[in-house]
Amino acid sequence: MLDLDPGPYAAFLWPAYGLTALVFALMIVGSLNHARRWRKKAQALSQQGPEA
Amino acid sequence: MFPAPAFLSNPERFMAFSRWAAPMFGVIAALLALAGLWLGFTAPEDYQQGDTVRIMFIHVPAAWMSMFVYACLGGASFLALVFRHALADAAAQAAAPLGAAFTVLALATGSLWGRPMWGTWWVWDARLTSVLVLLLFYLAYMALRASLDDETKAARAGAILALVGVVNLPVVHWSVNWWNTLHQGASVFRKGGPTMTVDYLYPLLLLGLAYMAAFGSLWLVRIRAEVWRRRAEAAALRAARG
Repeated sequence: MLDLDPGPYAAFLWPAYGLTALVFALMIVGSLNHARRWRKKAQALSQQGPEA
Repeated sequence: MFPAPAFLSNPERFMAFSRWAAPMFGVIAALLALAGLWLGFTAPEDYQQGDTVRIMFIHVPAAWMSMFVYACLGGASFLALVFRHALADAAAQAAAPLGAAFTVLALATGSLWGRPMWGTWWVWDARLTSVLVLLLFYLAYMALRASLDDETKAARAGAILALVGVVNLPVVHWSVNWWNTLHQGASVFRKGGPTMTVDYLYPLLLLGLAYMAAFGSLWLVRIRAEVWRRRAEAAALRAARG
């Protein structure tokens, strides 16, 4: 049975899980955005060619 | 030559591999995390620590990853320094922000666990202090790389700094044995096997594997980004030269 009631420790447990979720979200979004930005830039520059 | 440098020396092969491996590791991480969280929140509360024991399931894997990622950073830096593999340098550069994030998580969730159990948010004991030093090594590595315009010099200086920081890893691991610390000793990776009940061990190991798979996925994504960044800068340079 799921136990989602930490009682008096809620003030410590939920911030710990919330912070973990936030850091993972930042890592995922940051990494994907970083990759997308450089992929687009690399593709745009390679299409321009050396004469650009 | 052993397989890692041969694999890392071929960016095209790496890009083809990481294209499917990164999302696959991401899916594995999500499934393992769901299973670990389910087991973690169905486990009975600890007779001494109450529900705060559930912080362990996210704190301990973050602490493991803070060290594991630094070992990856050190290994990649060694390969970049000795074999001059560009992809190894990209791997080192890509690992640093992820390792710093895991270390911040380990420190913050540890603090949130320490306050109700120890009665303090922070104590300058050997384990906490050595993990803080680990975070400083990550930050110093990233700052050093960002501060040098010359990519070759930045790679070499960063690799040397990263290798110096590897010395801190055994200090972090054995700090609880070498010094008298408030932080408890190892209870999973220890001689004689784990000491905790399977009710806590299984969710902990599942979430440890989930963190590992998530790191694998994000590391590959960031190395790919680094390859594209270098390609873009090379193309820009060629265009500027006409």
